[in-house]
Parts: sequence; C-alpha cells; structure tokens
Amino acid sequence: MTTPTLSQAPSGELRWRYLQGRVFEALGLLSILVGLIMLALLFYSVARDGLPRLIPCQTSQAFPFLECDFAATWRFLTSFPSRRPEDAGIASALVGSAYMVGLMVIFAFPLGIGAGIYLEEYAPKNWLTSLIQINLANLAGVPSIIYGLLGLQLFVRYLFAITGGRSVLSGALTMALLVMPIIVIATREAIRAVPDELRQASLALGATRWQTIRYHILPYAMPGILTGTILAVARAIGETAPLITIGALTYIAFLPDSLRSSFTVLPIQIFNWVSRPQQGFYQAAAAAILVLLVFLLSMNGLAIYLRNRFERKW
Amino acid sequence: MASQQSELLLTVTSPRPLTTRISFGRKAFEQVIRMILLLCGLVSVVTTIGIIAVLIVETVEFFQQVTLAQFLLDTQWTPVFVDKHFGIWPLITGTLMTSAIALAVSLPLGLMTATYLSEYASQRARAVIKPILEILAGVPTVVYGYFALLFITPLLQRVIPDLAGFNAISPGVVMGIMILPLVASLSEDALHAVPVALREAAYGLGATRYEVTTQVVVPAALSGITASIILAVSRAVGETMIVAVAAGQRPTLTLDPRRPIQTMTAYIVQMSLGDTPVYSLDYQTLFAVGFTLFVITFILNLISDAVVRRYRETY
Amino acid sequence: MVSPLRFNLRTSDGLQAETAEVAVTFRNVSVWYGHDLAIRDISLDIPRRQITAIIGPSGCGKSTLLRCINRMNDLIPGARVEGELLYDGINVYAPGIDPVDVRRRVGMVFQKPNPFPKSIYDNVAFGPRVNGIKGNMDEIVERALRQAALWDEVKDKLRESGLALSGGQQQRLCIARALAVEPDVILMDEPASALDPIATLKIEDLMQELKKDYTIIIVTHNMQQAARVSDMTAFLSIDRTVEDQRVGVLVEYSPTEELFTTPRERETEDYISGRFG
Repeated sequence: MTTPTLSQAPSGELRWRYLQGRVFEALGLLSILVGLIMLALLFYSVARDGLPRLIPCQTSQAFPFLECDFAATWRFLTSFPSRRPEDAGIASALVGSAYMVGLMVIFAFPLGIGAGIYLEEYAPKNWLTSLIQINLANLAGVPSIIYGLLGLQLFVRYLFAITGGRSVLSGALTMALLVMPIIVIATREAIRAVPDELRQASLALGATRWQTIRYHILPYAMPGILTGTILAVARAIGETAPLITIGALTYIAFLPDSLRSSFTVLPIQIFNWVSRPQQGFYQAAAAAILVLLVFLLSMNGLAIYLRNRFERKW
Repeated sequence: MASQQSELLLTVTSPRPLTTRISFGRKAFEQVIRMILLLCGLVSVVTTIGIIAVLIVETVEFFQQVTLAQFLLDTQWTPVFVDKHFGIWPLITGTLMTSAIALAVSLPLGLMTATYLSEYASQRARAVIKPILEILAGVPTVVYGYFALLFITPLLQRVIPDLAGFNAISPGVVMGIMILPLVASLSEDALHAVPVALREAAYGLGATRYEVTTQVVVPAALSGITASIILAVSRAVGETMIVAVAAGQRPTLTLDPRRPIQTMTAYIVQMSLGDTPVYSLDYQTLFAVGFTLFVITFILNLISDAVVRRYRETY
Repeated sequence: MVSPLRFNLRTSDGLQAETAEVAVTFRNVSVWYGHDLAIRDISLDIPRRQITAIIGPSGCGKSTLLRCINRMNDLIPGARVEGELLYDGINVYAPGIDPVDVRRRVGMVFQKPNPFPKSIYDNVAFGPRVNGIKGNMDEIVERALRQAALWDEVKDKLRESGLALSGGQQQRLCIARALAVEPDVILMDEPASALDPIATLKIEDLMQELKKDYTIIIVTHNMQQAARVSDMTAFLSIDRTVEDQRVGVLVEYSPTEELFTTPRERETEDYISGRFG
C-alpha cells in the first residue's frame, strides 16, 4: 500500500484542506453577522428618530431619573395628521388600519378555511384540483401591487355601486384576496396534522363527512388555523402598495365612519410623512413606525404563544 | 329464572333494519356543503383570471393610442409631461438596476448563511439565529424604505462621491437585506433535504467537512437553491415601497446607480397617488406597466417551477 | 471472552495452523451515546486479509462496533468511546490522530447503497480527488471498478448517473468508490441486506476476491451469510445481567466453522439454532 502510516501530526496536505474549511466557515459566520447587524441598525435608526417623538422624556433629579411625557404619546395616538409636524398624529391611520383588517378577516377567514378544507378533505385527484393548487402557488408569487391594480379595476370601478369606490370596503376586499393563500396553507397544514385515527373513529360511528369535519377536525385544527390568520393579519397591516393603488388616501383628517368611507392606513401615513421634506415629519414617521412594529411584534408573539400552547400530543 | 332471562332478551328491540337510503335531506345537505367549499377553492382561480383580465383589458386600450414600437423603442417615459413619451425602457432599467444590486447583496450573503446554518451551526445556534432572520423578513417594506432613505443614503454619501439623495444603490442594498432571509431559508431547506447517507458516504471516504459541504451537499441541493434564487429575483422585481421612498421619481434611462431613477412599481404608486380620471391614457399606463411587471414575474416563477421539477434530485 | 493473539485458521486448502497478522485490535472498547452505554468492554483481534463477520440480534451494537474502527461514531453528537482501538499498532483514538486520516485508510460500505448524485466516474473519482491522490484518474477509476467487478457493466456509460444503476450495481459502485482511495481495511455494514438474492451472491463472491488484498470486516444479521463467507466470526449479544439498558457485549469470537458447529457458549448455540434473535 502506498499510504503513509498513520501519525499523530497532521500532514501538510491535510492542513491546507482544513485551512480552506476554516476560511469558508468564517465567511459563513460573517454573512450571518451582516444580517444581524443590519437588523440592529434598522431598529436603532428608527428608535433614535422616533422614540423622542413618541415618548418625549427628560432627565430629572428625582428617582427614577427620567420624566416622560405620556400625554404627548396619547396626543400622538389620538390626533389627526396636520400640516404642522408637531401636531400630527396617527388616529385616522390607526382606526383605518383596524377597520380595514377587521373587514378583511371577515372575508378572508371563511374563504380561506373553506378552500383549505375542500383541498384537504374533499378534493379528488383531478384536473380541477390541480388547477386550484397551481393557482394558489402562482398567486403567492405575484407582487402585491398587482393585487392593487386588480382591486382598482374590480372593486373600485366595476363594483362601485356596492363598494362606494375608494373605500375601506374595497381595501378590505383587495387585501382579503392577497392574504387568502396564507390562510389556505395554514388550514391545510393544520388539517394534515390531525391524526387519521380521529377521523376514522368519527366515521366509524356513522358520522357524515361534514359532521366529522365540523365536530372533530376543525376544533383540533383551529389553533393552527388561528395562528395562520394572525400571520395573515400581520402581513396585511404592513402592506402599503396595493392600498395606495386602490386609492386609500394619504391625507385623511377624519375617522372612517362607514364601509364606503375613504380611509388611510398606518403604513401609508408613514409613507406620506417620509415623502415630506420637513425634519419634523421624519420624526413623526419614525414614531409611527415604532407603533407599527410594536403591533407586529405582539401579533407574532401571540401567534407563537398560540402555537406552543395548543401543540397537543395525542 | 331462565325463562325470565330469555324474556328479557326477547324484549330488547331489534335494530332498525339496515337500509341503503340515508335520509335524503342529509345527503343533499352534504352536497351543498361540498359545493360551497368548492366555490371557496375556486376563488383562487377567479383571482388569477381576474388579474389577467383586468390587466389585458386596459393594456389593450393603452395600445389603441400608443404603438408597440413607441412602447418598446422610445427611450423616454414622460406620460405626464406635455411632451409625452411612452418608452418603457427607463422604467425597466430602473427595476433592473435596483434588483441587480439587491441580488448582489442577498445571494452571496443568503447562500453563505444557509450553508453555515445547515452544515456548521449547532442546534442551539440555529434555534436562535433562524427566528432573528425571520424578523428581517417580517419588517414592513415601508419601514425599510425609511431606513434606506434616512440612514443608508446619508451613510453611503460619505463613502461614494456624487451620490444623489435619491439613487438606486441605497434601496438596492436594503432590498437585498430584506430578501436575504428568503434566500437563506429556502436554500437551507434544500440543503437540509439532502439525505444523511450521502454525507456519511463522503465522510467515510476521508473528506473534511468543507469538502463534504461544497462538493457533495451543495451540488446535491442545487435545484432547490436555484429555485430560491429565481424566487429572490421575482421578489426584488416586484418590490414597491423601498424604491418608491428611496429611489426617486425620475424615470431615466441610465446605468449609473448614483442618480435618481424610477422603477415600474414606483411609477404605479406615483400615478395612484394623483387624481387620475378613469378613462384617460394616464390611467391606462398604470395597467400597461402593471402588465409588463406581471409578465416578467410570471415568467420568472414559471422558470423556477420548471427548474425544481426538471432537476429534482433523486437520491 | 477474548481471543488469543494467534489463531488457527482454516484456509480453503484444508486445515492449516497459522499465525495470522493482526490488522485491528479492540482493547476494552466501550461506547456511550450520551448517558446510554451501547457496547461494553469489547476486546478482540481482527486478522489481516481475512473476512471477519460480526453477528448478533438486532440492537446489540454491531454497527456501533464497526463504526468505531473508522471513527464514524464521531459524527454522532454525544458519542463517547473508551478503551483503545489499534490499527497497525497505533491507537486511532489517541489525541492528535485525525479521523479524516483514519477514514482514508479504512473504507466503508453502507447498508443502503448511497452513490452520490453524480456520474459513475465522478462517484469513484471523488475519494482520490479529495484526498489528493496523484496519478492518472482514468486508470484509478478503471482499476477500482474492475476490482469491484463492475467495470464490464459500466465501461461504456461512465458519464451516466450513478443512480441509474440497479441496486446491486449501485452497491458495487459504492465498493469501487471505497476501493479507489486504496484502503487497507474495508468495513461493510450489512452490505447485501437491501439487495435481492442474486445481487447478494455477487457481493459475496466479490468479498472472497477482495480478501486477497484487503482486510474485510462485515456486520450481518444473516447467519447463513456469515457462515458462507467469513473466516472469523464474532457473536455480540445483549448483556443479560443489565436490566433496563440494551448493552452489547462480546459473547464469543472464533473461527467461523468452529463457532457454527461447536460453539463454546450456550448463548451462541441458542442464537445459531434460532432460539432467539
């Protein structure tokens, strides 16, 4: 055999191979660091500009050495946007977002669950089922602004009589179409996780398919479905482009009072302020971003909590 | 005693005779439910048809007034000026430049991240790092736009001479950071799916971890990784708010990333912000540009599916 | 139950008392996975250029034992090895010994054929390339494929995917791949259990050819195979004295014919005659 004997000192050739490996490993670590640093910088830049505007604080002599003006925070949350940056607030945007998302869930939730149930429990292996699945996959890759164009033509124009044009209803319908695939996927996965024995037991007792779904499968799958819905809501709250396209206005100084009223949402308000040249508006934008991020963090946290809490082991 | 027992047995009612006729109402109800659920499923099909129809109808209208030659050959895009031009190329190069920069950032970083997480990192490290990367993916794009305009651009202006306040580099880089988690997580899934048996075989032949990773695992996961790359391109092309905030509103046919440009998506936003009357040419430009965008992303997604299907590794 | 350092080996031309060279020595080797003891206190000597079979009921640690020799257990987090494992007189678990180095000299063939999703040529060439073996790669590939009795079947399709071969051919490809780095010892972990009977016979014939140049150690759950093929057999079983853990111990280690016709231990006899397993 031509192989040299095993020794306790690594050969030169092996050392070179290991060196290559170590360089590679360092590059990998560096890449992760870049991502993490960018995230930190993002939060830093938003906090630096937005925190003083959202919760103005001053150092004080007494404990706890910080005196914060929460009244200013409340003012920010409850005022309407204004031409003067110091008076601007996100009230209309907050309410608009809540309104829009609430309506959206009313449409997207049943539709998404229905489609998910159909695909998992009823759909035969035929061309129609494949068509539906291909469509769902494709829709996930369509840029969100295209949904805006769809909403503009369909809901704002053609269905003007029902929706009232550029209204919160149109916005909700457009967003419902956008997030439906998310709910469908969550439903399908949740249903797939239901153990088959449960299904068999119910059917063996003489229950119909729908009864089995309604009384056994859906309740079991509900935490998963809810988690998916929360994620859909989180996604929808952050979306800007499709809503601008269907005509959510950037300057709304009133609260939407009906389904057919004009509206705005928090990301659009942020966009509006970022587009203004005054420094004061940048700070207002940053403060609004902080509010938005807090919202999103709690939604995601809620989703994770739900998922862990209801992870049953049968 | 015995006779009493047998009486007891006889008084037990015999079960209802088995019949093949379940109550008609019950059966009809089940069918109705099934129909309703099918309709829910069809919403996705209707949505796709709706998108295509809506885009095509208005695009056709657009091309009644603007010739295809003008659209494809003119080098200026000025639909709102008095001197109107309708060449699509300034918008396309704007999209191309920002996307290219985004990919130059996200692909190497994303792939290295995925490789490290899949082959080198401990379980605990992965459990900590992955969620943090997911946060990157969950930040709303308008927030990234803010970050690009007000933090990255001033930062870059100190390093790059002549960098305009609105440019293509800053949103490009930030888009790259936003797409990084997408590339990383899809590639990591692909790497993870490579069976342990292949790794073992390579180790058994005396290969180091670096060699196993780069010469066996990554090639084996190639189709999944390619699919993730194409999806990243699609995402970059379709991105709207980061460029709307930080890239500018000036459609320019240029390859200099330091100047303001406008992407297809940002144009749609700009037009939507104004008050465009419905039957006007301006309104129709929205859909012509939208249609172009849709076609590009659709083709990219098709290619991605084809790659996955054709080169799906069998192990 | 430790075998003496010198053996009496029966070769094909009749009884021949012979002192065989030792290739691998286990000296009080125990393996833990985390807190669980897998095999305990194994000591035996494996002769050079013979086929040694390791048999025993499932779960008794045969694969664990095998994987000690080329330090593949290192890849399992929480695995710990105590004792000494001598290869050519050097303890492969000594500090400073690089497992990558060891694996270059001790090749392995796995239970389920696992060719790389590359061409047949690249499959065989991978080992030499990675280990920096100099020489004409075409010749190296051909030699390995000939040794694995696969050359005639694939010589016209070297650029085709290794996965396009049948199960038996894939396993021979894996053997060729292992041979290409010129090891001394070849470990085979149930190499034929995923194959049909005809492919199995081909592998067994191949082993008889290979033992002229290589030391072969094979784990098998198929006793008849062990009896057919091997020169020495080691019987591992579950330690009866330990209650709630499955700990593997060496029960008997003898020349194959002896173990199967006149086993020394009662437990061996029970296993061979199918009373348990």
